[in-house]
Order: sequence, then C-alpha cells, then structure tokens
Amino acid sequence: MAIDLTPAPVTTTSPLRTRVVKRKRAARDRTSIAGWIVRIVLCFVFAFPMIYMFVSSLKPDQQIFRDLTSISAFLPVGNISFDNYAGVFDQVPAARFLINSIGVSVVTVVLGILVNSMAAFALSRMRIRGKGIILTLIIATLIVPFETLALPLVWWVNQLPSLSMDGFDLTITKGWLDTYQVQIVPFIANAFSIYLFHQYFESIPKELDEAARVDGAGWWRIYRRVVMPLSGPAIATVAILTFLPAWNSYLWPLMVVQSQDLRPVMVGIQYFFQLNVSWGEVMAYASLITLPVVALFIAFQRSFVNSIASSGVKG
Amino acid sequence: MSIQAPALAEATAIAPAQGETLRHRRPRQKTVRREELKGIGMLAPAIVLLVLFFFIPAVLAFALAFTNARLISPYAPSFVGLDNFVRLFHDQEFYRALLNVAYFAIVVVPLQGGLALLMALLINRRVRGTTFFRTVYFLPVVTSMVVVSLLWLFLYRQDGLINELIHRVTFGLVTGPDWLNNPATSMPAIILMSVWQGVGFHMIIWLSGLQTISAELYEAADIDGVTGWQRFRYITWPGLRATRSLILVTITIAALSLFTQVSVMTQGGPLSSTTTIVYKAVQSGFEQQETSYASAISLVFFAIVLAISAIQRFLTREKA
Amino acid sequence: MRLAMKRLVAASLTAAVAAALVGCSASGSGTDGKNGEITLWTHNAGNKAELAAVTKIVNDYNASQSKTKIKIQAFPQASYNQSVVAAAAAGKLPCIVDIDGPNVPNWAWAKYLTPLNLNADLSKNLPSTVGKWNGKTYSFGVYDVALAMFARKSVLTGAGIRIPTVDAPWTKTEFADALAKLKAEGKWTYPLDLGTAGTGEWLPYAYSPLLQSFGGDLINRTTFKSADGALNGPDAIKWADWFQGLIKKQYVAKKSGADSTLDFLNNKSAILYTGSWAAASAQQKLGSDLVQLPSVDLGNGPKSGGGSWQWGVTTGCANPKAAMDYLSFSLKPKYVAAVAKAAGTIPATDAAAALVPGYETGGTMDVFRQISKKDAVLRPETPAYPFISTTFAKAMQDIIDGADPKQTLDTAVAAIDDNIKSNDGYTQK
Repeated sequence: MAIDLTPAPVTTTSPLRTRVVKRKRAARDRTSIAGWIVRIVLCFVFAFPMIYMFVSSLKPDQQIFRDLTSISAFLPVGNISFDNYAGVFDQVPAARFLINSIGVSVVTVVLGILVNSMAAFALSRMRIRGKGIILTLIIATLIVPFETLALPLVWWVNQLPSLSMDGFDLTITKGWLDTYQVQIVPFIANAFSIYLFHQYFESIPKELDEAARVDGAGWWRIYRRVVMPLSGPAIATVAILTFLPAWNSYLWPLMVVQSQDLRPVMVGIQYFFQLNVSWGEVMAYASLITLPVVALFIAFQRSFVNSIASSGVKG
Repeated sequence: MSIQAPALAEATAIAPAQGETLRHRRPRQKTVRREELKGIGMLAPAIVLLVLFFFIPAVLAFALAFTNARLISPYAPSFVGLDNFVRLFHDQEFYRALLNVAYFAIVVVPLQGGLALLMALLINRRVRGTTFFRTVYFLPVVTSMVVVSLLWLFLYRQDGLINELIHRVTFGLVTGPDWLNNPATSMPAIILMSVWQGVGFHMIIWLSGLQTISAELYEAADIDGVTGWQRFRYITWPGLRATRSLILVTITIAALSLFTQVSVMTQGGPLSSTTTIVYKAVQSGFEQQETSYASAISLVFFAIVLAISAIQRFLTREKA
Repeated sequence: MRLAMKRLVAASLTAAVAAALVGCSASGSGTDGKNGEITLWTHNAGNKAELAAVTKIVNDYNASQSKTKIKIQAFPQASYNQSVVAAAAAGKLPCIVDIDGPNVPNWAWAKYLTPLNLNADLSKNLPSTVGKWNGKTYSFGVYDVALAMFARKSVLTGAGIRIPTVDAPWTKTEFADALAKLKAEGKWTYPLDLGTAGTGEWLPYAYSPLLQSFGGDLINRTTFKSADGALNGPDAIKWADWFQGLIKKQYVAKKSGADSTLDFLNNKSAILYTGSWAAASAQQKLGSDLVQLPSVDLGNGPKSGGGSWQWGVTTGCANPKAAMDYLSFSLKPKYVAAVAKAAGTIPATDAAAALVPGYETGGTMDVFRQISKKDAVLRPETPAYPFISTTFAKAMQDIIDGADPKQTLDTAVAAIDDNIKSNDGYTQK
C-alpha cells in the first residue's frame, strides 16, 4: 500500500481537537455560496419527477394530459381531489399488499444484516483457509442477473422441504411455493452486503479486537461488542440497499406466489394496466408505495448520521 | 485472473503479524484450528444460503445453455453441445446489444461515479440541511425503476416537459427531439435517466467511504494550511481507494445489466438502438420461450462481465 | 476414470434440468382437484367487472352441487403467462386456466392442456372462440373481440367520404383518397390513429390482419412449417411499403399518444383503428355522430383479428371431469352474456348475444359481431405462435421506425423458420 490511510485508533480523540475541526469547517462553508446554489439546484433536479408524480396523483386523467406541457404539471392546481386514491383502494387490496411488503422487506433486512455481517466478519478478521477464493466466489455472484436464475430457482424451491405446524403436529411438506418464506429466504445472503461489510470492517483498526482478545473476549463477543457497534454507517447502508430490492421485487413474487393475500406491492402496479389506463390512479398507487420507502430512508438516515457522530468522530 | 476484494491483500499481509502475537499466548496450531472452525461457523449461514439459492440454480441455468431446453415444451431437453453459442455468434442483434451496452457503460460509469462523488463531497460537509439534501438526492433511488421509467416516459414525450423546458430556456430557438423514438437520442435519453436514478445510490456509498477517513488527517492538514484541492488529492482520494473499486465494480455491473428501463421505455427500439444483452436474454427466455438460447446469452454475458471486472481489478490493483 | 466422473455429472445435471423443465408434463400427475377443491386461474386481477362476473358463475356453481368447490385465483394480465409457466415448471398447475387464444396450440403441444370433453355444444360458438389444435378442441371462449375503425359521421360526410359497411368496406384507393382529403383539411396533424404506441401482442393482433388483407401472412398456413413467401413475399413487401407510406405522408404518427381512444374522442384524430372494446366509451361520448366501420379491403377483403381469452383444463388436474363439468355449466347463455357484458366484449353465442343490450340485430354493437363472423382470421394455430408473435412484433416496430422492409422481413422469416426447425416442426411425438 502506497500511503496507509486506514483510520488510526480513534479512541484518544480529545474534545478540544474536535472543536477546532468544527470551527474551521463552519468557516469554510459560510463562504461557499456557490455550494449552496448547487445544492438547491440539485434538489430540484432530483425532486421534480417525484413532485410530478404526487401532484398528478391528485388530478383527474384529462387534466394530467392537459397540464403536461406547462408548469402546472408541478402545481396542485385545477380539479384537486383524493379520488384517485379512493380508486386505488377500490382496484387493488393496497393495504394488504403494503403489509405484505413491509413484513417481507423488514425480515429480509434484519436477517440479511445478521447473516452477511457475520460472514464478512469471519472473512475480514479470522484465519480461514481459502478465504480469498471464498470472497471472490461470493463477489462473482453479483454478476449473474436474477432473471437468468429465476426459472431453475422456481423449480428448485419447490423441491425444498417445508416445515408446517398443524396444531401440535409438525409435518414436513414439499415445496415453498405460495409462502412468505419463498419471498424472503433466497434473498437473505447477499454478495453486495457481504462486500460492503467486509470493506467497512477492514477500515476498523484490528488493534481494537486484539485489545479485546487480550481481555479474553471470544470472536463472537468481538463481533457483537466491538466491530458491530462501530459499523453503524455500514449497517444503515446495507439496510437501505437490502430493503430497496425487497420492496421492489416483482418478477419473483409473480412466479412463486399465487394467492393474492401474499402478494407484495409491486405486483399491484400491473393491476392498473389491464384496461384503459387511469394514469391518475397509477400515480396515486406509485405515490402510495413510494412513501414508506422514503419514510424508512429518513428514519435510517438519522441513525446513519448518529452512528457517524459516534464512530467516526468520538470513537 | 480473479476478482478479489481490494482489501484482501492487506488482510493476508496482516495475518502473519497477528499469528506472531498470538503464539506467545497459546500453542499456535490449536488456536488456528479453533479460530478457523469458529470462522467457518460464522460464515456458514451465508454460504449455505448462497449455495442453495445462487450456485445450484446458476449451475442449472448454465447447464441449460448446452441443451435445447425450451420454456414450454413437451420434450425433455437434450444435449446439443455448442449449437446455441454458434447461433449466438451469428446473431446480428447480439452484436448490436453488445455495442449498446458498451456505449451505455462507457458513458455511465465515469459520469455517474464522478457526479456521485461530487455530491457526496457536497453533502459530507456538516452544514445545516444536510439531512434534507441527502434525502432529496436519494429520492430517485428509493423509487422503483419501473415507476421511474413510467414517469420519464411522460417527460420524454415530444410534447413533454423536458422539451418544454428546452424550448423555454433557449427562448424558443431549440425544439427538442422525440427523445425515445429517435435512434440517435434514445440511448442518451436512457443514459440521462439512469444516471439521475442511480447517482444517489453511489453518493451513499462514497459517503460511507468518506466517513472511514480519519478526521485527524484533515485536522492535521488544516493546521498545515493546505488548499481544498490538496486536501482532496492527498487525503480524500487516497483514503477512498477501497470505496473506489467498490464503486467501479458495482456501477460497471449495474451498467452492463441494463434492463428495466429498456423493457419499460423502448423495448429495445427504435431500430435496436437500445437493445441490451440482459433484455435480449429475458426476451429470448420468456417471450420467445428459448430457454437454452437465453442461458447461452447469460453465460456469455457472465464471462464478459467477469473479464471486465478482472481487468478493472488489474488496473486498480495496488502498485507496490 | 475422470472422464466417467464427468459423464456422470453431466448426465445427472441434464436429468435435473430436464426434471425442472418438464415438471408436470405427464398427465394425471397433478395434485389440484384431489380433495374436491378445484382451483381456477384467471388473468383478470386488473379487471374488476369481469372478475366479478366470473366469481358469480363460480358461486352459483358451488351452490348448485356439493361435490366440487371451485376456488378462484386472479393474476394481473401482463405477467399471467409467467405465472402459469412457473406453476408448470413446479408441477403445480391448477385445474382450470384461462389462456389467450393464440397461445392455445403452444400449451396444448406442451401438454399443459388436456383436450376438452364437455357436455355442452360448442358448435354454436363463434368459430374464433374455439381453440383447436391437431384436430382436438382444447379451449373455448365465452367472448371475442373485433378490430374496427371509428370515425365521426359529420367529419366523413363533411369531407365527402363514403361511409363504408361490413358488406362494402373501403377499398385501398378509397381509403388513400379519404386520408388525403382529411389531411388536406388541416384539422389533424395525423388524421389516422393506428395505435402505433402499442407494444407486445397488440402489434401482431392489430397489424397482421392488414398484412393478410394484402395477401401476405405470418406463416404458410398449409404446412405451418415456414414463413418464407408469406411474411416476406411480394404481398408482404407491398404491405410494409404501404404502412411506411402512411407514416411518410404523415397520415399516421410514428408513435401515437398514450391513449388513442382519448385522442380520438378529443378530436385529435379523425379515424381510429382499434378494438371493439373502445366502442362503449365512444358511443357514450359521440352518440349518433359515431360511425363504427369495418377494416379496409386492401386487396383480399377486410380482415379482423380473432381469438381472445379462453378456458381450458390442465394436465395438472387430478379430477378433469369435475373441472369440465364446471366449464360446461359456465356456458349457459346467461353466464356467457354476463361475462361478455362485464368485459365489454362480443358474446360468443347467438343465444347469449340476444341477452346483451346492443348485440341484437341492428343494435349498436351488432356490427362487431358481424365483423367477427365475416372477417375474423385466427392468428396461426401453431405451437410456434409465441415465437412468431414476438418476432413479428420486433419486425413491425422496426418497419414503423423506418427499417428496410425486405431486409427486416427476411430476418424475421429466417428466425421463425430456424425456430420451427429446431423444434422438429412442433409435432407431438
């Protein structure tokens, strides 16, 4: 390595030095008006389709097309109502789909964080023969598009045994089709998450766990008490990046879930494209299913910021 | 040539040193064995899941490439050797798809990576409203690509908002093209939208990289009174080495896998100007029911991406 | 030794893969319908009215006897086929499925479907609503749709254009003349809306009848072994040139608006070429000024697409007799009428047509039934159809976008012929 820039042990950062840094940075940013202009312009660039989506969801179809060529496309003007939302709930069991998607996504995220961080920890910290090859193989899985695997996977998950509880009788049946688990389990282990955790763990000084080992801590304890608490940003990033595909999954649930009661939100969007398309309702449904993700991101963003404050600066 | 995590070299470099310190405490062999067992234990859930839900179906899928399997057929597939590959290498549409994907990737990778870094730097400052800006920039990422593509289908219409904007800004001098229906502008239109949608994602990755750079380094630099560019050149950029290869790999793979936008917005048209390898594979495999041909396309695609990743790893390797 | 090992691995892989793909092909191996509960799949999740009509039949049937209980599972249309294919791969086909008409031979060939044996008479059905392949009947529909043209009477008479009838449709020259007159009026940027923004199955459904009216076709229908001469013969080239001419003369937009019917109703186009499903809203908006016209006679008589959604029984059904009993029950005129009415489509039988307002002789919808009876051409009844359809869709889109007709159609023909050959001519061994 040319210049070693992995963070030095940060346990000794003094409050004084932190204050100095803060003051200096604040001074620099006050002068940067250009920076502010850029930030605000970018805001418009990234927000305008969302605004368009939401505003259109409040308008009748005729008006959406009429407003298309003017600035009123972005303004809640004219015939504004929640009729499209009423239409959405009439057309699809939106509440049920939302609950399903929330359940499936949250479970995938939680288990994903656990499984992938453990794997990354082992690969980053522990001596395992052939771990370079293991990591390479894991990363190689990123390259295969899911569409390629979908069909063999459908057949395969239907060969897997399934445990079902009927009263006190535990029975083993064959096949995972039409369940929640088939929407969750195949997506827990994720190469990208492992990679991301691995990268992050590499930046956490190994001296920290060596110190813990001297104190007699086992590997599990180091993972749980030393490394994971320092990995807030990585956890937040993985959480968001696992949540998104889980929330947006579409092809897979169509192939493996037959009951309407188990379907996730993205499948619902197809319901609007069967007859004459009501774009107002499409926009309303799109707004409805985008909102929870935005909310989740804002929620995680907070812990993201907090964890930066605790790990990056204070240590 | 294989892809390796960039940090791997460090990890192996550190290992002997660790072994040295441990030897003083316990007999070495036993400790290593126990450590390895525990490590395998922690690795096992992920490995088992990946084998079950990735490697097994992947082997099945790739094996199909050497058969004449169809999506819907009364016959059991039989082995046909390299027939599908021979056909593929004579398929003009396939070369067109390769060209399109190369075009897309060559533009998108630097553009999206660079913009994302600029945005991350802009956001990494602890100024008021950071949370707000970061959330707004991330909005397109949290919106499903299907929804985003539908929205932009509207924006890109001949009489759509984008052309309206061009018209206004140039005081009526320039009339925008029919973006998605013109073979010259369809791919640039898809590129623009894809960068817009994906840039927030990589901004977040850059951010998590920026946060691994020790504040003390900047602090020291501040005391030395270096310029903003020097700070970036000598602290930030080298500090982002690991993140850089992560970004490079992920944008490249995402770019080469271009599919959803094309499927929703142009179906590969007009005149094949936006057809891609994954689109062609899905089209062949599902719509045209030629599963084995689709598998052959996927296998070739896999080989190409693997080769590109390997080259990237080689180029961004540590120069000792 | 090593070679033997390799062979073994290869063999077991092939076996696994084969199992994956043939899944439930063997008939009688199904599980659905074993306990007196029969599952019915429909593509209607996005169409509440039609789904409600089907649900009503199922409820009536369930109440009418106690042996069998039918259970409905509805899917969104856009991905319905993928859902069925996945179920077949997993060996979990439901007893009853609905199928888009042109796919019936493909599913019959693949042994997804089992031949029907109903205690009901299908001979009264519109011919385009009965799915046959290889001499056997695999499916029937309770309705069909037809292609037609819509215009305003005031606009046509104002421009001095004759209003055609089913028996005397426009000729090619008459049509060219009419378009020239309408274009000259300057009221419409594109006087004719052919729905060129459509994708997928719309392209063969809407435009292959025009090709057939020119004398071409998607495939040679005597052998069903090759598209050569049919899809790239002189008639087909003439058709493609004609189509591109419409675009070049700016009679037709390269890409129509997001909602062609809405554009027509807002007078953004003078003539709309679309399906009978647009009639209801057009009649409501334009009243007596609306004229519903048959397609143009481009040389070989006017042609309309035929074949809509139909019902069939799968090989995955453990009790096909019960499934067919339900299907026979669903053919009662009042049910056929109710579904057709809810779907806004043409009832499949005369008896049902008499029960749906508008379809009586001289009624507002009668013209579509006439078109369906007289002009309907089924999309080629061959297991190759899904391949032909997507190949044609791509070629059609390229022609619309200005590609060279001969070269485009030759490429399509080569692909189709290759596909048929590589499937041994799609015969059932």
